[in-house]
Amino acid sequence: MTQTLLKIADVTCAREGRTLFSRLNFEVAAGDCVELTGPNGSGKSTLLRCVTGLFADYEGAIEAAPSLYLGHKPGVSALLTPREQLRWYASLTAAVRDPLAVLEQVGLVGYEDVRCQHMSAGQQRRVALARLILCDKPLWLLDEPFTALDDSGQDLVRSLLTSHLASGGGAVCATHHTLGLAGTRSLLLGRAI
Amino acid sequence: MSAGGIFTGALRREFKLLLQSTEELANPLIFLFLALTLFALGGGGSPDTLSAFAPAIIWVLVLLANLLALEGLFRRDYDEGSLELLVLLAEPLFLPLLAKIFVHWLYSGLAMTLLAPLAALILFLPAQVLPTLMLTLLVGTPALSLIGAIGAALTVSLRRGGVLLALLVLPLYVPVLIFGAGAVTEQMAGIENMAQIYWLLVITMVALTVAPFLVAAALRISLEQ
Repeated sequence: MTQTLLKIADVTCAREGRTLFSRLNFEVAAGDCVELTGPNGSGKSTLLRCVTGLFADYEGAIEAAPSLYLGHKPGVSALLTPREQLRWYASLTAAVRDPLAVLEQVGLVGYEDVRCQHMSAGQQRRVALARLILCDKPLWLLDEPFTALDDSGQDLVRSLLTSHLASGGGAVCATHHTLGLAGTRSLLLGRAI
Repeated sequence: MSAGGIFTGALRREFKLLLQSTEELANPLIFLFLALTLFALGGGGSPDTLSAFAPAIIWVLVLLANLLALEGLFRRDYDEGSLELLVLLAEPLFLPLLAKIFVHWLYSGLAMTLLAPLAALILFLPAQVLPTLMLTLLVGTPALSLIGAIGAALTVSLRRGGVLLALLVLPLYVPVLIFGAGAVTEQMAGIENMAQIYWLLVITMVALTVAPFLVAAALRISLEQ
């Protein structure tokens, strides 16, 4: 039996008097990737924030394994270098990989000591992606992981996801683009108009 | 991760950020001395009037300059998303917040304490009360940073939270102002003033034990938008 990483049971969430989703049920097991799709404002981001615990105004039960959240805001300080940035991430969670090796993996060789404010939006996203592989969290919650990334960056996200799923992790991605990964389940939120 | 690791990691990050944003470091101090100079010019250059009000003027301006520095305390981290990360990952959350508040105090409260002799000079404050002024600032300003951080955390998600921050925080600064300026004034009059200084210490200690948890709770509320 595979381990359940995320269990969403009868979750209902309303914001500003509008029901975003009601009695939502799904599970993410080890090796599973769920793609959240739906029109703008259908509650994809809100669902992810409910799972992280940042947004607690919902009904129902959410049980989640330790997760790593990559939101709309990348969480990258313009005034810090990627090296300093990762050192800070590493001080917050138990880092299992060497920050420099991680930066190499996300294609930022030569940018280790450049302030993030001098980088492009896509490169800043890559710094945020580096966070995913710096530590071992079983559940990834990605909000529009392809934002601002070029083709090779999008391939990077796919390969990171593939190896994460292969090593027994799970992921929930809110996205407008199809992830293009084999075995991804799709979950449509909201009514498509 | 160990609690000590979280604290030193956060402290290192705050110092790096501070060195990169020197205007944040200088603005409150420039404001303080500009306003002090305005009082000196507006006071007609009469040493007696100025020195009588000097303790109150210096303390009020320190409060306002502190408030000025508070606006940016969580702003950038909130905009960039680092605050979300911190709230999600840091366990316990109050440690990195304490590191942040401590660094804020270094460039506001402590810097103002060290520059107090200059402020005293501008307002003709008698030299013999200078040690008292510096002592009250040293003991009282940490409370300003700690209490102010609660207001900054509550208003960080509001686009124009500056005025609200002032309205929230300034009333809470009143006891610090009363005991701080009072101790210096009584020193000038030659009255025993240790009670006031002990009270400042009490306020700072209570703020130190309570504020970090309130700041953490306030940030959680602000991020739930």
